[in-house]
Amino acid sequence: MTEMNSWMGWTGNSVLSMLVVLFVAMILLYAARVPMHGLIRVAGHALSGPMRLGARWLATMAEEMKQRNKAVLLAHGRLETGQRVDREFERIGILVTRDLQGYPTLQRRLLEEVTRLEEDYKKCGEVPPPPPDWVEAVAAVAQIKAGGGEVVQKILVEIRDSIERIHDKAIAEYRRAYQTRHGILEGFMPYWRSLDKTMKQVDRKVADLQESATAVDAHMEKYKQIVAKTDESETTLTNSSYTQFTISVIVLWIALGGAFINFKLIALPMSEMVGAGDYLTASLRTSEVAALVIILLEASMGLFLMESLRITHLFPRISNLNDRTRRRMIWISLVLLVTLAGIEAALALMRDMLIADKQALLQSLATAPAAAAGEGWIGRIPTAGQMILGFILPFALAFVAIPLESFIHSSRTVCGVLAVDFVHVLGFALRVLGILVRLASRALLHFYDLLIVLPLVAEQLVRSVRGREPGEKARPLDATDKSASPF
Amino acid sequence: MFNRAFLAAMLLAGLTVASAGCVDSRSQAHAVYVLVDTSGTYANESGKAQVIINYLLGTLQAGDSLAVARVKSRSFSEKDIVAKATFDARPTQANAQKRAFRDQMDSFLRTVQGSSYTDITGGLIQGAEFVNETGAGRKTILIFSDMQEELDKVTVRNFPISLKNIRVVAVNVTKLNTDNIDPRRYLGRLEAWQKRVQAAGASEWKVINDLERLDAIFAKS
Repeated sequence: MTEMNSWMGWTGNSVLSMLVVLFVAMILLYAARVPMHGLIRVAGHALSGPMRLGARWLATMAEEMKQRNKAVLLAHGRLETGQRVDREFERIGILVTRDLQGYPTLQRRLLEEVTRLEEDYKKCGEVPPPPPDWVEAVAAVAQIKAGGGEVVQKILVEIRDSIERIHDKAIAEYRRAYQTRHGILEGFMPYWRSLDKTMKQVDRKVADLQESATAVDAHMEKYKQIVAKTDESETTLTNSSYTQFTISVIVLWIALGGAFINFKLIALPMSEMVGAGDYLTASLRTSEVAALVIILLEASMGLFLMESLRITHLFPRISNLNDRTRRRMIWISLVLLVTLAGIEAALALMRDMLIADKQALLQSLATAPAAAAGEGWIGRIPTAGQMILGFILPFALAFVAIPLESFIHSSRTVCGVLAVDFVHVLGFALRVLGILVRLASRALLHFYDLLIVLPLVAEQLVRSVRGREPGEKARPLDATDKSASPF
Repeated sequence: MFNRAFLAAMLLAGLTVASAGCVDSRSQAHAVYVLVDTSGTYANESGKAQVIINYLLGTLQAGDSLAVARVKSRSFSEKDIVAKATFDARPTQANAQKRAFRDQMDSFLRTVQGSSYTDITGGLIQGAEFVNETGAGRKTILIFSDMQEELDKVTVRNFPISLKNIRVVAVNVTKLNTDNIDPRRYLGRLEAWQKRVQAAGASEWKVINDLERLDAIFAKS
């Protein structure tokens, strides 16, 4: 403090010393105004320029990434939609082969049934024989009066009897004819039913075909939009990827839970196989790693099985294998998976035995009397449960391949979108920072001028005095004016 | 692209296993040497020694080592080791070894006879030798004694000993009649042992008198 004051008090008055120092500093700063302004401007440009450039580059890069993402997304969408269309066509092909292959038979059957119905209908149309022509003669005879004597009466009785006989005969014939027609009509029924059934079948098959055709139309429409690279199709595909990503993450977490349970089941018994005293790291036993390897092997076998079954398409080489080799691969994966599941079930049983052995040892070491162990079939439920879990979990893990594929495919889109957003945010931040630096450099120029305000005012006064002289004009002071010079 | 990622993952897994293979598995093992004082009236405490040994048998894992030795007039001898075992890596075998160890200890503690003098230092030297030979990463010597060392005239133990990186735990340090008259004797005795053990390079010195809290034997202070 004393040293500080020593140079300030050389005049004997510190205030005066301070004023002198300030004055000298002001003069020096005023003299260095132009180079200092230049320096501040250059520094401002040197900082803000690259930032602006960086922001612009990031914006371009984000746009490029977006385009690349779009291309990948659309290519994937095209492939997926193409596969769906293929599948629909395959379905239609099967439908057409199955249904239309039998169509000539169906048509022949229909024609036969229709012909038969027509024939029967014609038969029904045959009317019974009309009443004899002499009915009118009988009516005339009936008008003859009964009082004509015994002979006439006898003739009339005979005529009546004859007519009644003939009438009965005609009625019987008429009834028989109608009975025959009823019989024919009754014979229609099975044909009608068969016809109805056949028609319904045809109707159903046509409806199926129509439904498939509608689905194909929808897929084709989507495919067209993807090929046309419309924004709508991009949005739809991105949203679909987000959904797939979320679902696959949830399912993978569930699978991870299953794998953890699986690990717990076999970690202890694995120590009996590979030893419990070996450590890979300070806290990681070899037996635990071995258990993990078994679980990963199961997942791999499941993956190969799914690939061989062409349910997933993570390894194009597997799906491109010929059918014979692929079938062999299915069997090999399945056998290995079953073997591993069997090993796990055995390990689960061993785990139970090891725990029971440890428990027995601890009880024998304890001073307290041993607690009665659960006996009978109830006591065996946990063991059986462990064994069943040990056998089932590997197969359940095998299906992880499906969400895994979904996750891998959708994560490309999701990560791409997030990366673009991140680059955008980075670009924006750089741009804002560049503006702030530019503004700061301007503020610094003003601040510099504020420090040398007295010489500047003096300069302005001198200029204004000169400005009154003819031919010269007073100029206002501007710190940001690059041409301003005190000299 | 997927193939490349898969290869990278495989490479990483391989490197992890290769680097992990370099870790010394013995360094994770635990070696415990128990010194049981059989001198004078302390021989009557043998029942408590059994509790401690049973606790150790229940706690130690496969691959760990355990030895029980008695402290008598001169304890620097392998002959004083009553039972010792390095437990098998397989849990079932380790359990069988533990059962055999317990039986061995039962018969020893039933027939234990008191000695005239107490050579704790000799026992400590012998114990250090044993735990160091096992190559275990964690080494502990338990002293089941009143910590009152009494040597005959010819036995020499007043020299510096080495207990480097060994934890020394005194268990069930009973108070003598003289300690009851002047507790400073008891406290001074413990302090003297602490100084000696720490001067010998022991990583830790601990006294546990409450047998209900045996879990403190392996707890880090």
